[in-house]
Formats: sequence, C-alpha cells, structure tokens
Amino acid sequence: MTKFARVLLGATALTLAVSPALAEKLTIATVNNGDMIRMQKLTDAFTAKNPDIELEWVTLEENVLRQRVTTDIATKGGQYDIMTIGTYEAPIWAKQGWLVELDDMGADYDVDDLLPAIRGGLTVEGKLYAAPFYGESSMVMYRKDLMEKAGLEMPDAPTWDFIKQAAAAMTDKNAEVYGICLRGKAGWGENMAFLSAMANSYGAKWFDMDWKPQFDGEAWKATLTDYLDLMTNYGPPGASNNGFNENLSLFQTGKCGMWIDATVAASFVTNPKDSTVADKVGFALAPDKGLGKRGNWLWAWNLAIPAGSQKTEAAKKFVAWATSKEYLDLVAEKEGWANVPPGTRTSLYENPKYQEAAPFAKMTLESINAADPQHPTVDDVPYVGVQFVAIPEFQGIGTAVGQAFSAALAGSVSAENALANAQAITERTMKKAGYIK
Amino acid sequence: MSRRVSNRRKALVTVIAWAIGIAIFFPILWTVLTSFKTEAEAIASPPSFVFFDWTLENYTEVNERSDYFLHFMNSVIISLGSTLLGLAIAIPAAWSMAFVPAKRTKDVLMWMLSTKMLPPVGVLIPIYLLFRDFGLLDTRTGLVIVLTLINLPIIVWMLFTYFKEIPGEILEAARMDGAGLWEEVIHVLTPMAVPGIASTLLLNVILAWNEAFWTLNLTAAKAAPLTAFIASYSSPEGLFYAKLSAASTLAIAPILVLGWFSQKQLVRGLTFGAVK
Repeated sequence: MTKFARVLLGATALTLAVSPALAEKLTIATVNNGDMIRMQKLTDAFTAKNPDIELEWVTLEENVLRQRVTTDIATKGGQYDIMTIGTYEAPIWAKQGWLVELDDMGADYDVDDLLPAIRGGLTVEGKLYAAPFYGESSMVMYRKDLMEKAGLEMPDAPTWDFIKQAAAAMTDKNAEVYGICLRGKAGWGENMAFLSAMANSYGAKWFDMDWKPQFDGEAWKATLTDYLDLMTNYGPPGASNNGFNENLSLFQTGKCGMWIDATVAASFVTNPKDSTVADKVGFALAPDKGLGKRGNWLWAWNLAIPAGSQKTEAAKKFVAWATSKEYLDLVAEKEGWANVPPGTRTSLYENPKYQEAAPFAKMTLESINAADPQHPTVDDVPYVGVQFVAIPEFQGIGTAVGQAFSAALAGSVSAENALANAQAITERTMKKAGYIK
Repeated sequence: MSRRVSNRRKALVTVIAWAIGIAIFFPILWTVLTSFKTEAEAIASPPSFVFFDWTLENYTEVNERSDYFLHFMNSVIISLGSTLLGLAIAIPAAWSMAFVPAKRTKDVLMWMLSTKMLPPVGVLIPIYLLFRDFGLLDTRTGLVIVLTLINLPIIVWMLFTYFKEIPGEILEAARMDGAGLWEEVIHVLTPMAVPGIASTLLLNVILAWNEAFWTLNLTAAKAAPLTAFIASYSSPEGLFYAKLSAASTLAIAPILVLGWFSQKQLVRGLTFGAVK
C-alpha cells in the first residue's frame, strides 16, 4: 500500500468516526405560547430517535417573530430551517414559492386525519405547505353562575340579540362585573380578528367580487354600531386597550359575564391554578344573526420549511414528528390529555380520554368546523380567510382600520366617521396596490 | 429668617427630587416585585405591593428554558466591542473637529447627527442583504459593526463637546515642547478628557446593551443578546407577566449594577461641559 493510499484510508476512517458528532443542526423559529414551550421540553424524544439531528430554538413574541421571519424569507437569509407561521402567511408565502411543499411526511403521518377546515387554510392548489401544530376558533365563554342569577339560559348556538340581552342582565358595574368583554386593542390580529368575524355573521365583508372595500355598506354599520353599543353599555372601562391577555385577566378574576375569544382560552379559564372562576365556566358557539354564518374565526400556528433551507429532509422529519398523532400521545403521557395541542386532528376529538379531560373539546371542534376560510362570508368574496384577507396588503390596512375602530370605542370619533376612515384607508391602499382603479 | 427659608427650600427640593427619583424608579421596582409573584398574583386587581407569597418559580423556569449565560455574554461582547470600536474611531475624529476645524466641520457634525433621525426599519432590508452576503447574520462581529455605526454619531458628538472645553493652548504648549500628533492625543488630550471619555463609554455601553431593533432583527440563536432573551417571554395568548418580569430583571441587573457603581463618573462626565 502506498503512503498516499494509507493516508487516504486513514482520513476516510477518521471522517466516518467523527461523522455522528457532526449532527445536522435545525434552527426553529417559534412563538412563545404554552404548547410551543411544551414541545421544546419534549424534543428529547425526537432527538433520541434521530441522533443525527440537533435542534436550536429561537423563541420570539408574535409580532417580532412575524417581522423577523418575513424579513428572512423575503431576502432568502436562510437563518431558519423551520418557521412557525400563521394561517395568514401560509397561503401568501406558498404562492410566492417561499415554502417547501410537505408532500411526503411519512407513511404514519395520516394527512387525512388533519381537520379539513385547518388543512384547507394551509393548502394551495391542492398541495399542503404547512403542517398545523395547534388550531383554534373563537367561541363564547360565560359564567354559568351569573347567567343563572340573571334567570337566563345560554343556548349552544346563541344569537347576537341574546348576547346583548344577557350582557345587560349580567352587568353589575357597582360590583365591577361587566356583562361582556371583547377585544378593543387596535391591530389586524387584535380587534379586527374579532370584528371581521363578527361582521361575517352580520352579512358584511371586506371586499366585493371586484375588490371594492365595503365599509360604506349597511352591514358594517350594523356590526360596528352593535359592537360599540355592547361595549359602551356593558363592557369594562378602558376596553380600547384590551386584547386577549387583558380580557383573560378580567375573566379569570371574575369581572366578565361573557367573553368571546379564542377557543384556546378555555384551558386557561378552567385551570384552577390561575382562574378564580374555573368551575363556573360554560361554553357556547360564537353568535350569529340568522344569516348562515357565525361570528367565529379560524387560526392555526403551523410549522413550515422555507424554500431556502439546506436541510429540507431533516426539517421534514421534525415537522412530521411535531404534528403527528405520536406527538399528541407523548404529550398526553407526560403532561396529561388536557395539555395536548388542540385543533389539528380529527382523531383527537374522537378520543374518549381527551373528551373527558377537556370539557371544552366538543365546542372547540364545532367552532372550528363552523368556520370556512374558503367561503367566509354570506355573499361571495374574492378572498380566502375568515378574520383576515389573505393578501400581503392586509396587515397594513387591517391595523389602520383597527385603529379607526379602536378610536370609536374610546369615544374619540363616531361610528360613522370610523367607518368613513376605514373606507378611505382601504380604498387608497387597494388603488395603490392595483386591485381597483 | 433667610436661613430658615433656605432650609425649607432645601427640604422642598429634596422632596421633589426624591419624588421624581421614585417615579422614575417605580416601573423597575414593580418589575422586580412582579418577578417574585405567581402569574395569577401578577394580574390580581387590586395588586398587592409586598404582601404576597414570594416565589422563585419564575426564575427557575426562565433558567430552565433559556441559556442566560449565552445571552449575557453576547450582550457584554456586543456592547463593549461596539463601544470600544466606536471610541477608537471617534477620538481622532472628535480631536480633528475640535482642534483643527475646517470650514464645513459644523455641517459634517450636523450631517452625522441627521443619520440618527432615519427610522432604522427604513434600512433594515439593505442591511439584512449586506449581512447575508457577507455571512454576518447571527454573528457577534456583525452586531458589533452595526451598533458601532448606529452609536458613532453620539460618541463623536459627546467627545467633540468635551474636547471643545479643553484649552487649545495646552495642546499648543505640548507641540512647542516637541510632542508629535500621537503623543499629543495619547499623553496630553486623552488624560485630560478621561471623565468625558469614561462617561461616553458608559453611556454607549448602556445604549448598546438596550438596543432592541438590530439585535432582534439580525440575530437568530447564536449571537442573540439579552434583548432577544426578554422578547422570548412575551406571549400573545397566555399569562406571562411574572416570567417576563423575571427575565427583564435578569437582563437589566448587570447594567443596573454597572450604573450604580459608576454613577459618580457618569454624572461628572455628563456635567463636564456644563459647569466649566
């Protein structure tokens, strides 16, 4: 054997010996919420099965994360191998060619088990571009004791008229109990998530089939007037600053009779560790106006792989594991069924153990199924999305319109002016973007 | 009589100063107190000031979830690195502007300051692309460079103000004694300007430590400083105030201690020009 051959052989052996140590490192960008943090803690089960993959986490606040991952994916920065994205980004980014198609997730993945409403929001031209990690809709959470005291009974599927009647009956401002708590803080994912969903049930819509903004119509006027009426008469003071967490605090400390918000809140308000009203909470579907659509939204946090990633195969392995049935079983085993990430798989809602551990399971599933992102409104619309419009311009106009409506709630402008502002802002942006002339 | 009035005035000024001091410090105190509460107590209304069940569970959880030491070291390296690099560039620049002013020196100074008026997000994409192409994304080197550039106008301005207060005749005398340019700056100017340089250094370390736009947008996992550590504890859905307060307390503690021990130097430096 020549000296050169020996050196070559030795180098090859050395490479083989150290290769297990050179594990592929996946950088995962995610939001800070309970389910995601739990996943970080449980990933040893994944790395034990895949010793050649290492995981590195970047956890950020939702808005920071959105800005961060959008910058990175738009510039092909390649900082992340897996991104946590919402149902708003998924179709837009998929159409841009920024995401890897999730076609081969393994034999055990059972893609047909994903809830159809959630899967539909992540699918573009029949192809899945993001895997749902947890999903949510919105529903009514109410105080059973206060409802009983008011001599009323909450139906499973209430109307907006009933909600108003119940809010009036439950309000006792002297005792700091407010009939209804709703989002008022400005933002496309804050008050506009609630108001867009509410508007859908009133027959309102963001745009007609020609992309013309519709805030000058009667349906939006009725929506905003009823919302302001509810909140001004029966809502907590300073509601224009309240988002999910503020209302959660109010509800958990016994200051709200009803709260219409994300289904994920159900596990918080029924947790006796944090909630003073844990054993007094009932659930109902989001209200309607008898027009065939309910005022509930649909949202999911999903795992997606940016097209710029060099580690697509390893990333797919992780995404498949984190959104699998196997993962749900793992969470159930380690943390109990009540802590399993909800809203993604049909089989979870058929599981008697989950039904028993999560009293809100049935209502969550019905709420998710009641939302249809492909046909969100009473009339036909040219867009996808229940509480948002899946176009890149929506973040800007959604927040600007949210500010106009939040100002109306704070009392600084009238409902008419707020709607006129919303119409003007939206028209201007849509003209600039070339949707209308 | 006049002495009594003076005492009364002194007392009044003391009370006002304390009131302002407490008002400024109160949010920090509240953050520290909240970090020892449970999540339920953190949102309780009315809030309890000190009579609650003190707990260390937030600190335990923050320690379990995040690598504090990594973020802390990144903060130290980035803030000190950018400040020292900034001083190395700014001392000669401020010297030339203070002692050898040209016709357009004032305009140059104004132009430097005007770069601070641009909202950072306006140049995010170009800088991000440059960082990507030079392989600087998520590196400490990249952040040292960008924070140096961001804080350079302030460093130059501060040093320029201090250097202006030093009589040019002293430097002239040194030159007469045969000192070269290097000796003049290092052995004559710098020792006289130590309080000014020290306060500039401290202020810029604080500014770089607290910088939360570039440090969040140009980092991922490896070079993320304490600002990213704090940002990871804010949650859109779920209670997080107590844990966020614990993370914030851990993040501000080092800079608070630094500020406490160097407050004399800071105040002296900041009033250096004013009392001359």
